[in-house]
Amino acid sequence: MSDDVLVATGVSKTFGHGKNAVEAVKDVSFALAENEVVTVVGESGSGKSTLARMVLGLMPITSGTLTFRGNDVSKMNARGRTEYWKDVQAVFQDPFSAFNQFFTVRRLLARSSRLLDDKVGAERLEEALGHVGFPNPADVLDRFPHELSGGQRQRVMIARALMMRPKLLVADEATSMLDASLRVNVLNVLTDLRKELGMTVLFITHDIGQACYVADRVLVMENGVMVEQGRAEDVIFNPQHEYTRRLLADVPKLHESMNDDSPSRAAASPVPAAPAGASPAGAHVEF
Amino acid sequence: MTNRLLNAENLRAAYRTPDGKQVFAVDDISVYINEGEVLGVAGESGSGKSTLGAILSLTTRPPLYVESGTLEIDGKRQELGERSKIPRTWRGSVVSLLPQGAMNSISPTQRVRDLVFDVMRAHDRSIKRDEALDRARDRLKSLDLPVRVLDSYPHQLSGGMKQRTVTIISTLLNPRLLIADEPTSALDVSSQKALIDMLLQMLEQKIMSGVVFITHDLPVLRTVSDRIAIMYAGKIVEVGDAEEITERPRHPYAAALLSAVLVPEPRYREMRVFGIPGSPPNLLNPPSGCRFHPRCGVSYPECETEAPPHVGDELRFSKCFWAKKHPGESVPLKAVTSDRLEEADPIGHDPRPAESEQHDDMDGPAPAGRAEGREVSTGGVSA
Repeated sequence: MSDDVLVATGVSKTFGHGKNAVEAVKDVSFALAENEVVTVVGESGSGKSTLARMVLGLMPITSGTLTFRGNDVSKMNARGRTEYWKDVQAVFQDPFSAFNQFFTVRRLLARSSRLLDDKVGAERLEEALGHVGFPNPADVLDRFPHELSGGQRQRVMIARALMMRPKLLVADEATSMLDASLRVNVLNVLTDLRKELGMTVLFITHDIGQACYVADRVLVMENGVMVEQGRAEDVIFNPQHEYTRRLLADVPKLHESMNDDSPSRAAASPVPAAPAGASPAGAHVEF
Repeated sequence: MTNRLLNAENLRAAYRTPDGKQVFAVDDISVYINEGEVLGVAGESGSGKSTLGAILSLTTRPPLYVESGTLEIDGKRQELGERSKIPRTWRGSVVSLLPQGAMNSISPTQRVRDLVFDVMRAHDRSIKRDEALDRARDRLKSLDLPVRVLDSYPHQLSGGMKQRTVTIISTLLNPRLLIADEPTSALDVSSQKALIDMLLQMLEQKIMSGVVFITHDLPVLRTVSDRIAIMYAGKIVEVGDAEEITERPRHPYAAALLSAVLVPEPRYREMRVFGIPGSPPNLLNPPSGCRFHPRCGVSYPECETEAPPHVGDELRFSKCFWAKKHPGESVPLKAVTSDRLEEADPIGHDPRPAESEQHDDMDGPAPAGRAEGREVSTGGVSA
């Protein structure tokens, strides 16, 4: 299809050699359409982050092809990769270690803007900070990381990525270390920007609650294999694959009590939880 | 008639800074637990949940000092304070702590059985190795876990299995009360569920009589707890039955926090969720009156000056003027949440306290994220 931004075909990644070889990603194929939020979910060690690194060109692919707007990006040289990063940007998990603690935000962002012309860089910087809720760039630019909250740091990181006006933003567990209230704010920023800037977002998370909130489509990974992919509604509320079903059954619910949450809680049985979609008991908080 | 297991009253504990200031991370909190009960404690990073766990488990260490409070477990009373002598036997056998990141506490060069013997010997000098191991073996059998873990090295066990093993070791002495601090945070959902099921099974078998379950993960608390306490800035703002709290929170902060929790339920596909405007206060200089009033959209003038009233009894209450004046109403969420980012997370002169003091009091989602790479089971590759 023409409006697919990124297409992965049979992508694999093997670490090590011979009997120590570990296949972290096995024969994964998917496509990201323009303006779409796609979430990759899976447990720790399922290969989600390896996949993200390969998409970002931070790690060579063992086999398979990855095309970005029709160009093969699996075998890029250094210059090609620099060009690629003008279109594909990332936000990582840990907003505490992603900053040089001795640099102000201004200096940090200036380093990233070296990918751009000086003049364009300054303009984009203000624009990008505006997008993530810093209407007064001066408020934040001369601050050191320790003067910002985790959510603010993560927003600066998003602004850093946005300066390139990327076509594709890869967010690898970008909200996992934030408190619930900050997390929804950052997720709202991501989804709003997608609409405003026509960006595609590849959102990697282990948290199905977050996937359910932001995703158009969901890809499920287990031990390096992509076991299921489809529209978020279908995958989350009507999972087909055995693994996805088990994963969803184990996710604790907030408003729907689980089957084994009966008065005799301790008699916990391995029965899966009630299918999501059952009407929640009791009154709700008003929204 | 249920018996009271724990009466902890007027707990106050402060971190002392090098320049002589005191940061009260737990400020005049009372906690009551009935026999057989699981009390969940929730709150954002820096709200004092782990500090509360440290006080209840008698494991406070400098720079954290307990300033005052009383602890009564099973009728045995203990004054807490700087000079109070707590009998050594209390730790581990009356109260036991399952600390954050406990699964990484098994020595990588020793088998699990060596840790079992170490722990048992620390409490009973005369215990024989075989006795200690027999006890652990019986415990594993009664919980339907494989006995072979005793002969394993930690790297041979998955993250979930390690966490269950440490949980069993921390309860070998049959403590009356177990304090579990973020026990499930670094685990994937299936291991989380297994650990929760095991804890409830242990409670059923009366291995311990009560659990304080500390986590920032509200859906987990809803599954495991009988009652949930919500903490904010060193205070408990609301306590109630798990279902009551999750469905009908009375305190504006509790309501806003709960509304920001994302779970895979169909309605989250449709609606937009908002965060709480403002940032948590710096505890060096907490706001007067109700500590939530600067961020609260339904506050009254008295919220700024007077301590909020206690609405309810000692097991179920909310501390809030609004809740007192509006019995039976649900909190108007529009008033206590905000969609504007510059409002929701303003740049203040004080950065959030919790995150700058992360060293040994790691809190909130941080350990989960940190440990994730490490937690990968026997495969040895963190993907």
